[in-house]
Amino acid sequence: MTKEKNKGNAGDSILEKPISRRDILRLAGVGGAGLLLGASGVGAILGATGKTALGAAKQSDQEDRIGFYGKHQSGITTPAQDFLMFAAFDLTTDSVDDVRKLFKAWTVASAAMAKGILIGENNENLNLPPSDTGEAAGLNPSRTTITFGVGPTFFDSRFGLAAKRPAALVDLPAFGGDELREEWCGGDIGVQVNANDMQIAFHAIRNLARIARGKAVLRWTQEGFQRTSGSDPAGSTPRNLMGFKDGTGNPDVKDESLMNDVIWAQNGDGASWMAGGSYMVVRRIRIRVEVWDRSTLGDQEATFGRHRGSGAPIGSKNELDPVDLNKKDDNGKPLIPVHSHVALARGDGSIKILRRSYSYSSGMDNRTGQFDAGLLFICYNRDTRKQFIPMQQKLGQNDALNEYIVHNGSAVFACFPGVREGGYIGDTLL
Amino acid sequence: MRIKLAAVLLASTVVVAGCGSNNNNQANNAKEASTNTEQSASKVENWDEITGQYRDFALDQTDKLIAETDKFVQAVKTGDVETAKSLYAPTRMYYERIEPIAEALGDLDPNIDARENDVEEKDWRGFHRIEQALWVNNTTSGAEDYASQLLDDTKTLRALIETVEVEPSLLVTGAVELLNEVSSSKVTGEEERYSHTDLYDFAANVEGAKKIYELLQAELNKQDAELEGQIGTSFANLEQALAAYKSGDGYVSYLDLKEEDTKKLSQLLDALAEPLSQMGTILGA
Repeated sequence: MTKEKNKGNAGDSILEKPISRRDILRLAGVGGAGLLLGASGVGAILGATGKTALGAAKQSDQEDRIGFYGKHQSGITTPAQDFLMFAAFDLTTDSVDDVRKLFKAWTVASAAMAKGILIGENNENLNLPPSDTGEAAGLNPSRTTITFGVGPTFFDSRFGLAAKRPAALVDLPAFGGDELREEWCGGDIGVQVNANDMQIAFHAIRNLARIARGKAVLRWTQEGFQRTSGSDPAGSTPRNLMGFKDGTGNPDVKDESLMNDVIWAQNGDGASWMAGGSYMVVRRIRIRVEVWDRSTLGDQEATFGRHRGSGAPIGSKNELDPVDLNKKDDNGKPLIPVHSHVALARGDGSIKILRRSYSYSSGMDNRTGQFDAGLLFICYNRDTRKQFIPMQQKLGQNDALNEYIVHNGSAVFACFPGVREGGYIGDTLL
Repeated sequence: MRIKLAAVLLASTVVVAGCGSNNNNQANNAKEASTNTEQSASKVENWDEITGQYRDFALDQTDKLIAETDKFVQAVKTGDVETAKSLYAPTRMYYERIEPIAEALGDLDPNIDARENDVEEKDWRGFHRIEQALWVNNTTSGAEDYASQLLDDTKTLRALIETVEVEPSLLVTGAVELLNEVSSSKVTGEEERYSHTDLYDFAANVEGAKKIYELLQAELNKQDAELEGQIGTSFANLEQALAAYKSGDGYVSYLDLKEEDTKKLSQLLDALAEPLSQMGTILGA
């Protein structure tokens, strides 16, 4: 910009000032309308002024924009962004019409937020509160995705939808090691917001909650984080707060047939409205970090079944080396302990889920003075009964990790298939 | 005091001036309006009638406030702690219903309604100073002068309301302000920290907001029937929830509320305040 500024002339004085993307859009025809021009229209305007530096900014915006509409909802097979804001809502209305209105309004708002533009029409009227709360104004969309699902209670007697409840949307059984707290459990609706900017993620939930007033209220929320893409441009497997790599065993999201096999609900699975959707399991897992921090490296690695530094299975060199549970040490004992996390989670390798977890830190537990920190475990699977539940049953009973963690929140949601432009979230159901 | 009043009026009309910025004529008209304090807000033809009715309501509430404060003050001055305690919360309701208008009148709101630490110790007077004497010290002694001042302040309030021109924008934002009052201090039990009579204020603030809604209801219905209906339903939901905490002619102590009670009330309040904050739509853009 500095260089541009020096050769500026009276004709393009507006470009001598720092100029935001929104200003450019305004030049292009005000807010949302400008976006209708698409990249080429904006580019043409920039091109006409001969300012290519601004064109570059626009280019990166484009890369950081994940479309809201599509065959599947974004935020599931989308590579994990830096931040999470999860929120569970309870409906306060008992009118299915109200729910439909809410879903329509949420769809429009979410599509705007994914584009990085202001929500609503009343952002200039001094007599009204602005439609958009404004803290994300002018920011790069930061790969925002907003993913919606409905919980088992959505199908109780209130809306007459009991018959449409998918069999795969089961209430989770009690697992070993559960210490569930009401304040972090359940919800009629679950919303997962991800973005590479925490302020943008918060903005999304805040505005969705505002739009919902009178129809739904927040039930619980949890923010989450990982190492950012700035700190790890290579995008290696993130580490959890125990210092170990988490998510190494995830299935390849680029393998479409594998995704159809293990993530996306299919026609014929039961509830036809869920075809193309996925079942989300959320578990708030507190890590007893104080206890963990005083266990030896040897114990820590035996607990996970992996080396801390490389992420490789014990006895192997590289993170992606195969997990061979039959390998024995000199004394004939399995190299990877049978009750280690990786041994139990992997099992015979036939059960796969897509983990999309984030670390959380929620201040301090005032009763103990210890951290309330851990993992907001989120996973997607095609049928929770056949995937997450059997896996967690094994882990809950035997996982060596249980000594250091406690599950204190839990929820399941049926995440809708993707929305076609002009449609709305849940339109296959409502 | 007249100067302060003029400043308040000017400040609120500037808002009207600004909103017409996409139309120079409109903006100029609004600026002219601000000099003679006559309202020319678009869309609504009978603003004078509506604001006049609100003024009458405010005067009526103030008359009752004076009458009830008089009884309260007598009890304080005669050392009748129990009677003073029983009159405290019901008396305040007349004030709480019209709080936004009082807040627009300079120092009157702090003089009547400041809580400890809201103002400097030497300036602290009004209802809450007496509340502290009654509930914390269980005495009226030392509170007599505050009682006399309080009665004088309510009379000053009456005199000032008589002279004030109620602006449509004050009306529209006042309704939301009343609910914001509830949201920030009453639903949290911070307003009546000694007597725990917060639910009286809660109810009165809601009634004050409801009055404004009722005055604007017909106009609002013409311009946005869905919004009008949504506000009506939300008032009904909140009133119904609040009714569960009635006790005799009043309300239960804040200390009797559980966390789930205050959460529910707070969420119903937010559900009402959000659509209510859109009432400004009748002022035009």
